[in-house]
Amino acid sequence: MSSAPVIEIQDLRKTYRVGQVDVPALRGVDLAVQPGEFLSIVGPSGSGKSTLFHIIGGLTPPTSGKVRIMDQDLASLSDAGRTRLRRRTVGFVFQKFNLLPNLTARDNIAVARYLGGGSQKADPQFDEILRLLGISQRLGHKPNALSGGEQQRIAIARAVVNRPAILLADEPTGNLDTANSKAVLEILRDLNQRTGQTILMITHNTEAAAYGHSTVHMRDGQIVQRTGA
Amino acid sequence: MIAKLVLENLKHRPVRSLLSVLLIAGPVTLILSLVGLTHGMSEDTQRRQRGAGADIVVRGSTASSALTFSGASVPEGLTGAIEKQPHVRMAMGVINHNVELPLVVTGIDMQAFNQFTGGFTYLAGHGLEADNDILLDRYVAQQKKAEVGSSVKVLNQMWHVAGIIETGKLVRMAVKLHILQELDAARGKVTQIYVKVDDPANIPTVVPELKALLPSYSVETMAELIAAFDFNRIQGVSAFTTVIVVLGVVFGLIVVCLSMYMAVLQRTREIGILKAIGAGKTFILEIILLEALVMGIGGTILGILMSYVAYGLIRALVPASLTIIIVTSWWPIVGGITMVGAALGSLYPGWNAASHDAIEALSYE
Repeated sequence: MSSAPVIEIQDLRKTYRVGQVDVPALRGVDLAVQPGEFLSIVGPSGSGKSTLFHIIGGLTPPTSGKVRIMDQDLASLSDAGRTRLRRRTVGFVFQKFNLLPNLTARDNIAVARYLGGGSQKADPQFDEILRLLGISQRLGHKPNALSGGEQQRIAIARAVVNRPAILLADEPTGNLDTANSKAVLEILRDLNQRTGQTILMITHNTEAAAYGHSTVHMRDGQIVQRTGA
Repeated sequence: MIAKLVLENLKHRPVRSLLSVLLIAGPVTLILSLVGLTHGMSEDTQRRQRGAGADIVVRGSTASSALTFSGASVPEGLTGAIEKQPHVRMAMGVINHNVELPLVVTGIDMQAFNQFTGGFTYLAGHGLEADNDILLDRYVAQQKKAEVGSSVKVLNQMWHVAGIIETGKLVRMAVKLHILQELDAARGKVTQIYVKVDDPANIPTVVPELKALLPSYSVETMAELIAAFDFNRIQGVSAFTTVIVVLGVVFGLIVVCLSMYMAVLQRTREIGILKAIGAGKTFILEIILLEALVMGIGGTILGILMSYVAYGLIRALVPASLTIIIVTSWWPIVGGITMVGAALGSLYPGWNAASHDAIEALSYE
């Protein structure tokens, strides 16, 4: 993990305008993430974890500071450029799964693959990931026919279908019971170990955070501590 | 993939989709029924005029349009004078009286009519014999629920139905010429005189001769008269059709706009998900536009099917008063109108959806 960082952030600031009031969400964040790293981000609500994810994922632009993702400067990216980033470079996994309710699990994955410009032909490597996730038999079902654990596995499959450089998991176990939480965390660790997938995971749970190589602690829009490797 | 998303979206909320399609189908049916009525009534009138077998028609000087059918200002005696003209084989005067628009009762001389036209085809009964006899064509008989031997009230008089005739030969309802003349206080007068020439090639010769003979009357070839029955040439009708078409577009646009706006509101979170996995503004706009167009196609097809229902109802309830036909040549036109309305109607909701902030959309419950 000594090559060029896949994520490089310097003095990142983000201020939201709420009515007439400026609300600072990030107040000078510095962070470097190496390729293949599994980084946990912990911190209380309102500490800026999700805002950091939204900026890294290109969902919102930074107010100031430098953010480089795979050598792309996010500040210079237009809306269309950030959309391209979400298609190929970054994959999201959310706490509430966020699957499209009217599509089957297979089609949820297929939409992401389509948007990423991927081929709809058979992909043995992705089939292996589906087997790893243990959802091959559940692909024909719509989200309302799947358990929370199954939905989150589908969401992980959707997030990695275009082989993004970075997987952003925002509280991926927040809506799951203990057994499913453990299963999802092991899947993430497996993905990281087998495919070298870079993973950033937000969590409130210290046990979950322990699955990462290192942990970043955030408070009041700043990184206050980095522990681990 | 976009097609699948669109179809699944439509299937996911079937009631909204069906209601939208139904609301789009409404103006389609309205336009097709209106066009069917104008075309049907034009064609029916043209067919009946053609069925007289005449070549030229002489009408009163006040006959300002093809629809001027009432009144009797032409002296019946002119028939004899016309018949004496070169190349004129026969002339026949009839008197018309509007009953309930567009139904007209026609006074005819039975013998002259038979000679001139070859006579009616009787579905039941016989010709005019008694003074209170009336002949009804099949559609009038159906509409008035009349049969041979029954009585019908026309012009505030009770008439005995002597015969039911096949439609298409000049009249819908026929009574004796002199009876209608007396009722109209127009003894010795007719509304128009139909003229038959010995050879159609002589029509251009006979028309100027009759115009010279009857300078204060309207003399036209039957071809000119029949052409004048094109409803789109009648003042006001084409404007009315245009207004209905414009209303159809506007109504379709509003329906699609409201429906898609609702759909976008209901799918705020889904739009956020799509954006998070890499959907751009164009992709979102495409989905909304395509969904509106699919509903437009559905509305057009349903509207066409519903126009058959309107056709059946009008044919069953008022077959004589309103003649409706299915005008298939208008299907692509009305389809185009609907598509334009649907596309325009989806633009605002589509743009609205495409402009959603992904983070706000994802936090939408």
